[in-house]
Amino acid sequence: MSLVMKPVRRKLDTRNGRVDLSHGSGGRAMAHLIADIFHDAFDNDWLRRNDDQASLDAQDGRLVMTTDGYVVSPLFFPGGDIGSLSVHGTINDIAMAGATPKYLSASFIIEEGFALGDLKRIAQSMGDASRAAGVPIVAGDTKVVERGKADGVFISTAGVGVLPDGLSLSSDKARPGDAVLISGSMGDHGVAIMSRRENLEFGVELLSDSAALHGLTAAMVGAAGGALRVMRDPTRGGLAAALNEIAHQSNVGFSIAEESVPVKPQVAAACEFLGLDPLYVANEGKLMAICAPEAADVLLDAMRAHPLGLEAALIGHVVEDERNFVEMTTRFGGGRIVDWLSGEQLPRIC
Amino acid sequence: MKYVDEYRDPELAKGVAATIAAEVDAARGYRFMEFCGGHTHAISRYGVEDMLPRNVAMIHGPGCPVCVLPVGRIDDAIRLASDPRVTLCTYADLMRVPASRGASLLKARAAGADIRMVYSTLDALRIAEAEPEREVVFLAIGFETTTPPTALAIKQAKAKALRNFSVFCNHVLTPVAMRAILAGESDEATALDGIVGPAHVSTVIGARPYEFVANEYGKPVVISGFEPLDVMQSILMLVRQINEGRCAVENQYVRAVTRDGNARAQREMDEVFELQESFEWRGLGMVPYSALRLAEAFAAFDAEKRFGIHTVAAADNPACECGAILRGAKKPTDCRLFGTLCSPETPMGSCMVSSEGSCAAHYAYGRFRDRSRARMERAAS
Amino acid sequence: MTELLGDGMARIDMGGVSKAISVALVENVAVGDFVVVHVGYALSKIDAEEAERTLALLREAASMETP
Repeated sequence: MSLVMKPVRRKLDTRNGRVDLSHGSGGRAMAHLIADIFHDAFDNDWLRRNDDQASLDAQDGRLVMTTDGYVVSPLFFPGGDIGSLSVHGTINDIAMAGATPKYLSASFIIEEGFALGDLKRIAQSMGDASRAAGVPIVAGDTKVVERGKADGVFISTAGVGVLPDGLSLSSDKARPGDAVLISGSMGDHGVAIMSRRENLEFGVELLSDSAALHGLTAAMVGAAGGALRVMRDPTRGGLAAALNEIAHQSNVGFSIAEESVPVKPQVAAACEFLGLDPLYVANEGKLMAICAPEAADVLLDAMRAHPLGLEAALIGHVVEDERNFVEMTTRFGGGRIVDWLSGEQLPRIC
Repeated sequence: MKYVDEYRDPELAKGVAATIAAEVDAARGYRFMEFCGGHTHAISRYGVEDMLPRNVAMIHGPGCPVCVLPVGRIDDAIRLASDPRVTLCTYADLMRVPASRGASLLKARAAGADIRMVYSTLDALRIAEAEPEREVVFLAIGFETTTPPTALAIKQAKAKALRNFSVFCNHVLTPVAMRAILAGESDEATALDGIVGPAHVSTVIGARPYEFVANEYGKPVVISGFEPLDVMQSILMLVRQINEGRCAVENQYVRAVTRDGNARAQREMDEVFELQESFEWRGLGMVPYSALRLAEAFAAFDAEKRFGIHTVAAADNPACECGAILRGAKKPTDCRLFGTLCSPETPMGSCMVSSEGSCAAHYAYGRFRDRSRARMERAAS
Repeated sequence: MTELLGDGMARIDMGGVSKAISVALVENVAVGDFVVVHVGYALSKIDAEEAERTLALLREAASMETP
């Protein structure tokens, strides 16, 4: 029997400890960080193998792939954090194609000095989101950069999914006459974020709507697969950006009724306060769908039957318009266009 | 939201629109200027112009402090912010206003200047207290609505002996600006028939200061609340005055505006500020006694004195029609640059940057108007 | 106005959003009052009676018969 001396492996001090440059060096410290924080939170067969890659089974159907970067500030906000946001967002990108998300990967760029406790919280939140969605995080990477070179932590993700044959959604498929539907209230996420930002503090009971939408999209594809033209999650730039993008891609216009767009009263009030328009505020758990007009009712029913689509609404139609304007009848009765957002939506003073 | 939603009721809107349509004299046109940028924005955002008869035209006035701030002053602000000791606090609206040589506060920030967007002077004071090693300068702009808050901030700074706080003052005055517009009217065709008076400014200065418009220039004024129904009611009141040959200052915003205004706010302004002999306005040129500077007693908090600022007048792009547009003499579509070289992404002048500027409002909300009007008329028939 | 905070500040609620603002420019504000707010300062109180009167005038204007 040989006596093998093994150094006592102390658990990471996630209460008071901080990330330092050794955690990114590729040595033992990094291995411990990955084990105690990431593997602990994401636990699955692939990660347990500790390979530099994950081997995945071939899939039936076409592959869909996406990549995303998450730099949200603040890192923790009402209703989520950068971790859960990254899982939901990546899943949603896949889901918008009508595909089933299968695997995720996540790479972390961590600033020297970042609290291990916070890193653990973020990792746990990602693990929880991934498990709840049924989409495992199968590969990852960690880098540590000097203090001041990253705003706490940045997360970069990739996602892979499978698209059944026969389904082909795309931004250039909207046609005049098509119906425009959204899955629920607009502006929740952006306002939840702004409620925590410096200089714009106000107490509002509002949670980010961050959520994985693949269950909802699966129900929608099941109900109206062939009639679906485009699905899009209105993140940065809000519903207005999504509509304008599709208008240009499909070379059409839109006619929307403002009063049919659901907006929570607190979101409306907060936007009022800040001089913002909810149509331009980010959403992270909502989608917009364009479908053939005859399928609108069926699709709406399917959406409303799903917990993430309870407030789904028909908000307008695609029209012919070579200027690609998104025209809207305001709640008040008059008309206006909903143009692209220019720059950051900055609050007005007067 | 109480005191907000009721004034946005679409049913009432239809009714008031019908009444305006019934009462206008089809044989004449009505040209009303809404002076205040907030009104310009409300009108565009709610599509109020769609609800007015064709012979009522709304001319967008210069009541947009971002729009009238001359390029030279923004250049000064950028220069100030580029001083490594300085933390420049500004309202967000100013960030993208184009200055000389394509510069802007936003670009300066990207290049490393410490520029912070604040919602209120209170935030700037807080920063000064929290960061005593920084020279905190508040970029003060605005008409009489933002002036009392700036006055209070300066007094607070004095009371707390905050040595690292100062104000770069660009506050301007509404009645003087109105007079400049009216006095500058030379063309019958572009002459105004009446003015929709500002909402928030009037809560501070009251209704009295507009009486000269009716008495000396013979044009009616109706002070209007912010909400679209307020604006429509005010337009109706103006139409009635003209039809009945009356000419007075009427107050539609009675729930917040009195004849004398807010005495306390006026006292604060009088204490902290004094009139500047002359100030350059973008679009209106030099207007005497139209702007404020810090009074002697508060000179220590005057950023211009502290940093030795000497403003150099800078010219606008020669093709830029912001000046004429601010005076109400031209429309955005009359400007050669509109929609081509000048757009919200690449603004050439301030009318396009501020969401209350005529050009931005028209670009973002109104470019479709002619076609939409036709569609609404078809739908109604 | 939901709460007076002392030192010239007060908490207001607008449709569920609450924020601390300065009331140094208005006299005699009390909990329950409605105010016009701009850049973090209350500028004036809203007179409930006058507000009602304005709405009444609006309703009247909206219901006039076409002559």
